[in-house]
Amino acid sequence: MTTPPDDPHGQWHRLDPKSILAVGATTLASLLPVVVLMALGDTDVPTLLITVGIGLAVIALVLGGAAVNWYFTYYRVTEHRFERRAGKLSRSHRSIPRDRIRSVDLTAPPAHRLFGLSIVKIGTGQQAGENSELKLDAIATPRAEALRRELLRADTEPTGTATAEASEPGETEIARLRPLWLGYSMATVSLVLVVWGALVSAIGTLNNVLTTLGVFDTAGKWFETLPLWTGITVVVLILLILGVLGPFLLSLEMWWGFRLTREQDATLRVRRGLLTTRSLSLEERRLRGIELAEPLLLRWVGGARTNAVATGLGEQTETKQPDRKAILPPAPRAEADRVAAAVLRENRPVTDNCPVAAHPGAALRRRLTRALVGPVALVIALAVCGAMIGWMPSWVWIPALGTVPIAIGLAVDAYRNLGHALDGKYVITRSGTGIRRTVALRRSGVIGWRMKQSLFQRRSGLITISATTAAGAGVYAVRDVAVHDGLTFADEAVPDLLVPFLETRRSRKQPAHRVARSA
Amino acid sequence: MSEPQPVPAGHLTLRPPRHRVERRAILWWTTQAASTVIVGIVGLALAAWWIEPARFWFALALIIAAVLGLCYVAVMPQWRYRVHRYETTDDAVYTAAGWINQEWRVAPLSRIQTVDTQRGPLQQLFRLSSVTVTTASAAGPLTIEGLDQHVATEVVEHLTAVTQATRGDAT
Repeated sequence: MTTPPDDPHGQWHRLDPKSILAVGATTLASLLPVVVLMALGDTDVPTLLITVGIGLAVIALVLGGAAVNWYFTYYRVTEHRFERRAGKLSRSHRSIPRDRIRSVDLTAPPAHRLFGLSIVKIGTGQQAGENSELKLDAIATPRAEALRRELLRADTEPTGTATAEASEPGETEIARLRPLWLGYSMATVSLVLVVWGALVSAIGTLNNVLTTLGVFDTAGKWFETLPLWTGITVVVLILLILGVLGPFLLSLEMWWGFRLTREQDATLRVRRGLLTTRSLSLEERRLRGIELAEPLLLRWVGGARTNAVATGLGEQTETKQPDRKAILPPAPRAEADRVAAAVLRENRPVTDNCPVAAHPGAALRRRLTRALVGPVALVIALAVCGAMIGWMPSWVWIPALGTVPIAIGLAVDAYRNLGHALDGKYVITRSGTGIRRTVALRRSGVIGWRMKQSLFQRRSGLITISATTAAGAGVYAVRDVAVHDGLTFADEAVPDLLVPFLETRRSRKQPAHRVARSA
Repeated sequence: MSEPQPVPAGHLTLRPPRHRVERRAILWWTTQAASTVIVGIVGLALAAWWIEPARFWFALALIIAAVLGLCYVAVMPQWRYRVHRYETTDDAVYTAAGWINQEWRVAPLSRIQTVDTQRGPLQQLFRLSSVTVTTASAAGPLTIEGLDQHVATEVVEHLTAVTQATRGDAT
């Protein structure tokens, strides 16, 4: 039995009791469709009753578990720490020093919203370990808001509890959703793939139900009565509508009500979500730069995704949700540039097509070679198979040879996308064709260099130079740059670091240096 | 490996770090490479012995693997020894590693977070140590493989002393 000890600094609070109901409602919502479908189908009454009984038992169990959880969970905010006690069998008492708290994120899934609750995640921004996050599931939304403000307020004097309904601190809006952007969101390939994945799995799970309902039989019979081409057209149309509608609804759910604001205490805050609302915060002092990602499809329609390059965001991805690093929905490129500049507190865009230096022609050759290896291998394999079997339908050559111009196109595009630049406080790198990434990284955030050369790069005088950083992916590369240009670039970007390790090449034959044997 | 370096005169290049790793590292790399190759060859030989219908193909694969493996064991350690180097100054650590693909890493001492040494059983056998220097970047630490154990201790002591003098969380 846990009795919360009294403490002079902060009082222990329980989670909101309504959170038990919210958990129950979520379970109910997931069980309901099955029962409804069974009722609609030819299921006999006893089976239906048994199913309903099982469902009720499950809900009772879940409610019981949630109640026990609720009963044993307490949290409090003291002058220096945030603490949470939880658990029945294995008890846990975890605390985070308040000056280590880097993010307080609120999430409200539909059931929680129904009861006015929010799930609070308090993070320390540590890259490593799952334990860097404390979760309160769930407390009343106004209280969660107050807790968020309380914990993120950096330098003002700490007060007792987070119950006071403090007035909204001064915040400036950087961006808000324009409905047109949902179109760009739909154009991100990953989103389309997610929708298709969801559809396929949904069809898989619904398969039995649909079969019992005889949907496939009816559809099949109806299909047979139609002329072939009409049938195919109808199917294609259905698929198209699903392929367009799905991404649209998903974009709507993810990005509806999007707002990016800067709060008084130098915190960036993203709010979004139609059914499940989310509020994500990011301390500005963790920000090291901005990345614009342009997947091929999105690039064609002139859009870009905008990601924060910040420490402690990690690379973890919530499925079906954009990363926590996404600070803007897919939006027109100009808007992405504007928001990137505003987030970095610059008065001019740093991520737009600033003069990025062209890379040597050898980089293009490398890309062409790499791109053509696949198609050439395919053609050779086909030829060998043809020779061995003695017969090969002539049409196979069309797709085989058809890949060649596509590969060349992608290689040329990849080459044209290569670039690097120094712009004031920023190191700017750009590369990629499937997803073109432009990164503006603060020079002060560069904590080292990695230079790589393959055998082929050495032969053609190219080098890949990467800046390492504590934020984001940890390393941002300038690919296939001429050795001299790359080293000059790196040397200028972070003065004094590289100088002692550089030398000027004198002539080809003469060894340019002598190296001492061991230490 | 004096390959032609197509960098014109007057252009910047990276100079190799000052210190070579311990010469015994060649033996260490050779042992490692040889054991990998032997496992593969023995596997193929057993397959060729047992699976009669495919004996020809397994034998062919065995010959190819043996030739390639021999080249690997003969060339890789020597090549690595020419490439692997390290250097520590008062401001930075600088390492070079690799053979066919080569890599140079630089980290300023002010951004170093941890300095460790590792000794695998094989390294123990040759009295070698590896030193790993990590920074706040998730993109991989700097590793100096195949140092003499005493040299490794000296390197670690030097780096620890200098990094302790710098403040901040090195991000």
